[in-house]
Amino acid sequence: MAVSVNGGLIKPGVYFMRGNEAAVEGALIAGCRFFAGYPITPSNEISARMSRRLPEVGGYFIQMEDEIASIMAVIGAAVGGVKSMTATSGPGFSLMQEAIGLAAMIEAPIVVIDVQRGGPSTGLPTLVGQGDIMQAQWGSHGDYSVIAYLPNSPQEMFNLTIEAFNSAWKYRVPVIVLADQTVGQMIEKVVVPPLEEIEIFDRIKPDVPPEEYKPYDKRYLIPPMAVAGEGYRVHMTGLTHDERGYPTTRHEVSQWLVRRLVEKVQANEREIAKWEEYETEDAKLVVVAFGITSRSAKRAVREARNRGLKVGLYRPITAWPFPYWRLEELVSKGAKVLVVEINMGQMVHVVREYVGKENVEHMPWAPGAVPPPEVILDRILEVYPQ
Amino acid sequence: MSARVGVRLSPTPRMERIKTLLRTERLPHMWCPGCGLGILLKVFAEAVLESGIDPDKHVVVSGIGCTGRIAGYLRLDGYHVLHGRPIPFAVGLKTSRPDLEVTVISGDGDLLTIGGNHFIHAIRRNDDINVILVNNFNYGMTGGQYGATTPPGSRTLTSPYGHIEGAFNVPYLAAALGANFVARWTVLHERELKKAILEMFKVDGFALIEVISPCIIYGDMNSIPPLEMMKKFKENCVIDHDADLSKADLDPTGEKPIILGNFVRRERPSYQTLYSRIIEKARGGRRG
Repeated sequence: MAVSVNGGLIKPGVYFMRGNEAAVEGALIAGCRFFAGYPITPSNEISARMSRRLPEVGGYFIQMEDEIASIMAVIGAAVGGVKSMTATSGPGFSLMQEAIGLAAMIEAPIVVIDVQRGGPSTGLPTLVGQGDIMQAQWGSHGDYSVIAYLPNSPQEMFNLTIEAFNSAWKYRVPVIVLADQTVGQMIEKVVVPPLEEIEIFDRIKPDVPPEEYKPYDKRYLIPPMAVAGEGYRVHMTGLTHDERGYPTTRHEVSQWLVRRLVEKVQANEREIAKWEEYETEDAKLVVVAFGITSRSAKRAVREARNRGLKVGLYRPITAWPFPYWRLEELVSKGAKVLVVEINMGQMVHVVREYVGKENVEHMPWAPGAVPPPEVILDRILEVYPQ
Repeated sequence: MSARVGVRLSPTPRMERIKTLLRTERLPHMWCPGCGLGILLKVFAEAVLESGIDPDKHVVVSGIGCTGRIAGYLRLDGYHVLHGRPIPFAVGLKTSRPDLEVTVISGDGDLLTIGGNHFIHAIRRNDDINVILVNNFNYGMTGGQYGATTPPGSRTLTSPYGHIEGAFNVPYLAAALGANFVARWTVLHERELKKAILEMFKVDGFALIEVISPCIIYGDMNSIPPLEMMKKFKENCVIDHDADLSKADLDPTGEKPIILGNFVRRERPSYQTLYSRIIEKARGGRRG
């Protein structure tokens, strides 16, 4: 698809675009200038477009030998101060998990777009799945936090990829765009606003000279970041490290470090988390659905309303941190919850943790297809409180 | 009355010279007495000073293992990353920041066993990075298991009956894959090693130096203490820059000659150089 370019970036306007391609244009606007990836369905449109578009904006593309190499290259670029990302799907995302832990540990800002497909294992390469919700947060060993977005349209692939870069560099955490095969490969209207209306967050630079700089200065929850080649001579290691970045086995340092890695997101969850509501105000039953499933669920909710049932839709736009407080509020007003997702039960566990097992119904759905609105409606009718 | 043992050492003039490049607050280092890595640390720091490249632009990336700790002792931008993965990390850094001089320093287990896939592909792609691969014939840090460079017949923690696998011949492998610079030295050959490192900094494309280093763990299990090993490096070495690399496999426990030299120098343009031309073409002469 031909793109009219403006200094290399896409021109503001209305486009008819594939989700995966919209994500690329969002990334470039956000300042992404390095991409490393490995072919995998259904994410391939991202690397294909990146390989053509990055040199047009003066950026760098490389196809690596596997997903481990891809994400390591992305982290390498990030510590050099270059906004960088990769894109993959389930099997590749699994291979990347150890390195996501490294990025979290050294606080390298990276973006990973995971276009979820059916699993487990090779599963259904060309068909939809939503089975990476837990993997996104818990896939690497040890404790750390990530931010994960759940786009449900090509427009959100564009918007949330920009937001993913902003969050990664603001909080210095790995940020995952948890797309799915349908949202990634569907073609829809995408509005690119005037560039000056798009907020871009850049690195927090050190405000002290190199001799006073500590890479993980204890005074900060999110320390300013010196990058390679600036004269700060930083040391970063995946080992547990003190504020100088030096390895240590002291328990009080481990306490300080690991708590902070988790708190960076936890303490800012209300600023980071996003969700959307539809007809929830008086709802007796709130359907929780995300990604492509939310669009089918919305149709089911509308149909239930037509039949006079007080049903609403709660769509988390971030899986991590999960926007639990508003859902708690709706349940405290007497609503029951029905979680619909294309997996055998992942987000339902998170929802139960906040609103109580007794208030939550589930509709698991095997990967390979989006649950049709009429099937969701049947389940709504089944669990609707009488 | 308190007894004192040992002698007080003051830094030698050579140490004084490289002090600015060491994180002296982290010394003494964690390597065993008899290990060759301290020598490499010193030689590398000297090479950085003599390279004519601003030390602020030198970056060291290392993986996991004894050699992997070297990045933590150098006062340079240094990254100690995942086991087996320093090469792709360095590739990302160098590709997106062509102004940096990026050197990977890591062990044989890290770069050639768990990281073997990245090693062969970075050479094939001809990434513009320097790689110093320290070969001590085993996994020293974890107690001396065998790896991809352990010579057949060696005793290790996990080959108590003698090692039955073959070993990579590192220069032969790298030369076959198309590396632009391939050298092998031991830590005994300080001057030659430093010259090779200085040469490596000038190479556009993949440059590799295999550095053979004694390990007391491997030495203990194969009745060849580090000092004996160093003697072997002196007595059994053959410096031959034009050596037939197919015959350059190593067996430090036997009498086989240790072939050393700067074997390969090619001018194949690097991925990064070729990519900069792609950017020029894609931007059609536009700047910014």
